[in-house]
Amino acid sequence: MSARQPGGGRIDRSQTIAFRWNGKELTGHPGDTLASALLANDVQLVGRSFKYHRPRGVMSAGVEESGALVTVGEGARRDPNVKATTQELYPGLVASSQNATPGVRFDIGALANLFSRFLPAGFYYKTFMGPRIAHKKGGGTAMWMRYEKIIRKAAGMGEASRQPDPDQYEHGHDFCDVLVVGAGPAGLSAAAVAARAGLDVLLVEQAPELGGDLLSEPVTHAQAESQLAGLIAEARSAGARVMTRTTAFGLYDGGVAGLLERVTDHLANPARHQPRQRFWTVRAKRIIIAAGALERHLAFGNNDRPGVMTATAGRTYLNHYGVLPGARVVVATNNDSAYQAAVDLAGAGAEVVLLDARHAVDDELHRFARNAGVALRMDSAPLKALGGWRVRALQLAVADGERWTRGGVEPCDSLLVSGGWSPTIHLHSHRGVAPVWNDELACFLAGQSQSGEPIVMAGAAAGIWTTAECVASGRAAAGIAIAATNGATETAPVPPPAAGGWRNPIRPLYEIRAPGVKLKSLVDPQNDVTADDVRLAQREGFTSVEHLKRYTTLGMATDGGKMGNVIGLALMAEALGGTIPQVGATVFRPPYTPVSLGALRGRSVDAHFRPLRRTPLHEWNLKHGATMTMAGLWHRPWYFARAGEGLEQAYVREAATVRETVGLCDVTSLGKIAVQGPDAAEFLDRIYTNRFAKLAVGKARYGIMLRDDGLVLDDGTTWRLSATDYFMTTTTAHAAKVMVWLEELLHTRWPALRVHLTSVSEQWAGCALAGPKSRETLSACLKAPEAVSDEALPFMGVLETALNVGGGVECRIARISFSGEMAYEVYVPSDHAPAMMDALWAAAEPRGGCLYGLEALGALRIEKGHVTGAELDGRVTLDDAGLGKMAPPDKPFIGNALRKRPELLREDRPRLVGIAPKNRGDTFNAGAILCAARRVSGHGEGWITAVTHSPALGHWIGLGFIAGGHAAWRDKPAVAADPVRKGAATVEVEITSPHFFDPGGERMRG
Amino acid sequence: MIRINCPFCGERDHSEFTYGGDGSVDYPPLDAPAEEWHDAVFLRENPRGVQLETWQHVSGCRSWLLLERDTVTHAIHSVRAAHPGIAAALEKERRR
Repeated sequence: MSARQPGGGRIDRSQTIAFRWNGKELTGHPGDTLASALLANDVQLVGRSFKYHRPRGVMSAGVEESGALVTVGEGARRDPNVKATTQELYPGLVASSQNATPGVRFDIGALANLFSRFLPAGFYYKTFMGPRIAHKKGGGTAMWMRYEKIIRKAAGMGEASRQPDPDQYEHGHDFCDVLVVGAGPAGLSAAAVAARAGLDVLLVEQAPELGGDLLSEPVTHAQAESQLAGLIAEARSAGARVMTRTTAFGLYDGGVAGLLERVTDHLANPARHQPRQRFWTVRAKRIIIAAGALERHLAFGNNDRPGVMTATAGRTYLNHYGVLPGARVVVATNNDSAYQAAVDLAGAGAEVVLLDARHAVDDELHRFARNAGVALRMDSAPLKALGGWRVRALQLAVADGERWTRGGVEPCDSLLVSGGWSPTIHLHSHRGVAPVWNDELACFLAGQSQSGEPIVMAGAAAGIWTTAECVASGRAAAGIAIAATNGATETAPVPPPAAGGWRNPIRPLYEIRAPGVKLKSLVDPQNDVTADDVRLAQREGFTSVEHLKRYTTLGMATDGGKMGNVIGLALMAEALGGTIPQVGATVFRPPYTPVSLGALRGRSVDAHFRPLRRTPLHEWNLKHGATMTMAGLWHRPWYFARAGEGLEQAYVREAATVRETVGLCDVTSLGKIAVQGPDAAEFLDRIYTNRFAKLAVGKARYGIMLRDDGLVLDDGTTWRLSATDYFMTTTTAHAAKVMVWLEELLHTRWPALRVHLTSVSEQWAGCALAGPKSRETLSACLKAPEAVSDEALPFMGVLETALNVGGGVECRIARISFSGEMAYEVYVPSDHAPAMMDALWAAAEPRGGCLYGLEALGALRIEKGHVTGAELDGRVTLDDAGLGKMAPPDKPFIGNALRKRPELLREDRPRLVGIAPKNRGDTFNAGAILCAARRVSGHGEGWITAVTHSPALGHWIGLGFIAGGHAAWRDKPAVAADPVRKGAATVEVEITSPHFFDPGGERMRG
Repeated sequence: MIRINCPFCGERDHSEFTYGGDGSVDYPPLDAPAEEWHDAVFLRENPRGVQLETWQHVSGCRSWLLLERDTVTHAIHSVRAAHPGIAAALEKERRR
């Protein structure tokens, strides 16, 4: 059993903290991880595996963990797939096992393990895709869709909370000369040297404490302790900035690193102002990767049994956390590094057997083990772990040349494995630099960058194994960074030490199997990929690394294959009769460890993601009974309900009132651009399809802009205020796009035009007055009431005058109409908007007028067949929208050439039409498709863009597009269908002209 | 993750800018034949290596800029105002 030692470790034994594990109260100490606290309580069985529901325990002491994945937190803060090995313990922490129903000991899903030989790699796809049936659409995938839900439930990991994330996250940006990743001996020395040379150094460490591997030395080891303290003091006093609990998870172009800082994940009660995590974008001139190395596993039978962990993890639990992983320990290795673990554990009182797969090691190493009381057996390896919920004994394998045969059985309660080391080259690989296999060290090292990435590898990340050489390597890396930053330095950079450092060579060993012994050997424990799965992939032809990965899911779990990838590649190489470099290596991609979605989004949530825009009339509208709706980012009045009215009664009344008396509508959200300068007229003439050069001062004109490709970009009115001053309005939706487009034209294409553009959308607030009584209403509000008489201000006339409000408020008025009624748009400086509305409403209300919102605005414009963004959706030509007459044949303008492409001139293109139900009582929806009667299929012949109940006509009408337009459908029966929302039911419709009401336009000129 | 040295505002993060398009295109006169417009609007080189591009400092001074950017490394070799008059005036200012 594993147990807390009476002394030692870096935990704070003066305090005891309680936490809950699977509903049971346990205790630990500050400084523990959840994993060390569980081991201190002899909890070996932590969870069940992904696919076969095999029992799993703690397999490492770090980010490479693929066994002890747990769910931490409750309610909205429930966080699945947390590595118990990196979760710091805090008082009141709540954690539980994953993948176990009803409990981790009696898990129904474990039945899968009994049938596991029927569930090899690719099983689900092969079985449930089903054959493709020629006459049945989507036969194969349809079957998969049905079974997928069940399979996902059986094979899966922890379940995330379905509630909104209650935590705050922040984004930060930082800069530095040198970013040092990892604060072990190499990183600390690199940071100290670089900072002492005057460079701005940022040192980031994923663990809570600085020191890296030195933290796994016994606290009683005085020399190591003073080295640790010295290195930290040097880095700090030299001025290096230090961030702990911060992972450099990815490297990008131009020396950019992504960092994830875990601010409160280790705290029981974070302060309210603290974000849970910070996502940092750091721009570094140079990057030193001193991220260490990860110990590899070996593939042998039941190598995933609780109680099996890496040798360095065993040593870390003992020396860092004061937990002895077992009383009877077997250490299995193929290299020198595990000897120290064996000796430390023996020193702590464990009975230790050390299996070395090699035939011999040097005498000194031999004596080192023997003198500590370690029973050393050469030519030995683990063959199969025995025991159900935890390891009870080990079936040994004995070397027989290059092969293995079954040996004896060694009782044990802890099995520590070292299959060699993989330098942490992930970040370097993120830059697209392929790693290079090193035969001597049996690991991948960082490759040579072809594009001159500003990255230096140092310490164990560069394959340097001894502490002393790691320190030297860190200093050498700093020298390179200093030289590169400062140019020439006083002393030439010291050459870095060579990779390696073991006394005896490693024996490359990845899997142990023996004739006549059936084994379940895990290569990637987190995704339940076995050695046999890799061989199956080879037999079925998935031999390239990328195919192997996708077929078996090797390396695709949350640990990113940190423990198993190299074993998988080695087994594939063996099956192919080749070498690891021939098989190749998969490219590591960010993130190195998982990054929460919350950290990625930072503060970009709700209104910070989608800012809310309000007009200066917002409060005024609300006070007058507006129900608001969203129009793009804008909050606009939807309708102004009177007592007892719903949406439909309100907008029908509003639209009818506009046609009878007068209505007022907030139109502030329209885009407004001041177009000024001697060449403004010429500029407008080029961007609009219709003529603007000869527009008289004091007149407005409706204009349409096309894109270069000949399709409609936007429409609006432009008012000429003086010879050189125009006031352009755009649609609400396209205001920003139009501004950017006009700026582009002036800067890049027509620099000779003397025109200046200013967005004045925020400066002017607008109100539309529409209806037969609009003139008298407006007139009543002006200082000079006669200024808007029919003679003074005819249709399309523009006027700058003053409202009779306070001392007089300057205003701009144009007699333009969207509703088809006699109508005006009035603009005042935004601060005066409420005063303007008070005055207009005081005049309109006694005349039987109303306030109207977007819904009535829509009804009125649909009756008139006026287009908006719903129709001008970027796929429409002038002719499609029935606006062909807006382009004089002899006038050049943007889009003129390409709008005459043959495809855009086809007669059967969808054209704007009006739509009315044959049976006047029927209704239909915007978004429905238009089809020939009895031929409802596919995308139909057209679509409906907008619908309304028309108060003027007394029934529902709509606008839309249909192939060939009104002319083609005059005598052809058509139906509106909405198969997704309404099923098979269709509505017989009549295709009409889009101009339902007052097609001659007499009312607006009246 | 590029940074652009705006001639007006100084070095800024790419998130303040929007990409325009190919900066080497000479748009034909408005009354040019459709074939010329077709080539200018639809045909692009898509080079591997240095490319001339237009960008707008849309969340800054709103200037349109011409950049030489390497499409492989994202290295930016030059930035100037797209408007030749403004670019010349800035250059004159710089030399003073």
